[in-house]
Amino acid sequence: MKLYTKYISLLLKSQLQYKASFTMTVVTQFIQPFALFAGIYFLFQRFGNIQGWTLYEVFMCYAVVGICFATSTCFARGFDSFAEMIRTASFDRVLVRPRSTVLQILGASFDIKRIGHFMQSVFVLVLAIISADISWDLARVVMLANMILGGSVIFSGVYMLQAAAAFWTIEALEVANIFTHGIKEHASYPLNIFPKWITILFTFIIPFGTINYIPLQYLLGKIDGTGWLYAFIPLLGSLFIFPCILAWKFGVRRYSSAGS
Amino acid sequence: MKPYISLLQVRFLNGLQYRAAALGGLATQFFWGIMLVFIYKAFYGGAASSNGFSFQDLVSFVWLQQAFLSFLFLYDWDSEMLDMITTGGISYELCRPVRIYQVWYVKLLSKRLSRGILRFAPVVILGFIMPYPYNLSLPGSPVSLLLFIVTLFLGLFLLVAISMLIYISIFKTMSPIGSVGIFSIIGEFFAGMTIPLPLMPSWLQNICMALPFRWTADLPLRVYSGNIGTPEAITGIAIQSVWIAILVLAGAFIMKRITRLSVVQGG
Repeated sequence: MKLYTKYISLLLKSQLQYKASFTMTVVTQFIQPFALFAGIYFLFQRFGNIQGWTLYEVFMCYAVVGICFATSTCFARGFDSFAEMIRTASFDRVLVRPRSTVLQILGASFDIKRIGHFMQSVFVLVLAIISADISWDLARVVMLANMILGGSVIFSGVYMLQAAAAFWTIEALEVANIFTHGIKEHASYPLNIFPKWITILFTFIIPFGTINYIPLQYLLGKIDGTGWLYAFIPLLGSLFIFPCILAWKFGVRRYSSAGS
Repeated sequence: MKPYISLLQVRFLNGLQYRAAALGGLATQFFWGIMLVFIYKAFYGGAASSNGFSFQDLVSFVWLQQAFLSFLFLYDWDSEMLDMITTGGISYELCRPVRIYQVWYVKLLSKRLSRGILRFAPVVILGFIMPYPYNLSLPGSPVSLLLFIVTLFLGLFLLVAISMLIYISIFKTMSPIGSVGIFSIIGEFFAGMTIPLPLMPSWLQNICMALPFRWTADLPLRVYSGNIGTPEAITGIAIQSVWIAILVLAGAFIMKRITRLSVVQGG
């Protein structure tokens, strides 16, 4: 852990050196998601609601997913760009060091510029919380925190799987975008609008449903039940990370260097 | 003219080599299309049509959008050209006995052409065989199909002209992420790539009509289904041509001025 904080503080310092470029990127990251935001807004202006869900409820979904996406791309950036490491065989260097590979890849990259996207999502979240009619209690607060935590873990898991796949493919897997950028774009909407197979895919296989749709139903007062039960469903979903770590370990064991 | 045509050929053939990437792209585009179609279905609910835009037309819009993404998407990250601007490699480019605007235009055009040609067919086929009502419909009429092809290609020429202006703006901003990122997202929104024009409020539609972006994507995609009729499509072709002329001339002019005045970066 101490080593990790050291890694991060070094990366942070190096990125903050280029002030103009840093500011420009953060501003871009902040502005970009507004296109999707505006798109959702105008669709609701035209149609009123989407199967009983209102604009602010969907914004809540959008914001949670956005925060998780920004957080995990910031921290797990190393896994996102891992294919490059395989291709150039710089992964060899990681292997000879006496520390865990996961820690080193996590520490290899830290993309603080994602703060722009993060801020945009927080902005939408605040907007949604003010405007949506939610009867807050302790269980719901814990639930929201768990949703953000769980979602970040699941996104990181997907990045890890994508990186693990690179052990076999040696190149970046464009298909993985479906589950990172695809989720970011489309997971703003409640899962029940999709056909069964998509719902199952996002509940049991890549469990994004556990961090937005299922707890949100309770959070927004759409279903009754034990609040604390729903509060911990996101954590159940984040168990997804374990098979991902397993896949990663399996990949590492199989690794044979690509270059000189 | 000849060097530019051979450059187009070489680049086009080169682009056709990336078949594995195209396959990965296919899965992504297909999944994207499916998700969008279901989301719109939920919005439409039982309604067959909204603001004169029927659900069937919308579904065709989505599938064609996914199939011809490289003809329609403004965002384009050409690291070769970006590096040239920010690291000073452009000075070599300026020494060559060809016009730099034309060369870059051809490079961008050929990249989009090869990607589009390589990728569109599978998505179109998958779109056709989707179950009703999630399937790509046949074109409104043979004339619609013809007009679709014409507007699609004119739209591509216009898109590349806009894209060139974005690259040129980097000479001023010196921030590829800023220029490409922000201008692309704004342009795509006004082009109807985020949500189709008929689903926008009317004041926003008016803004879109006055800007060049809408003529690159929204026009061809709606001409296909006949949602935009023949007379309107022909007017559209005229407007596309005028925009192409204006933006290409403007781009070439600014490029000439900037390259004359520019300070080459790097040592």
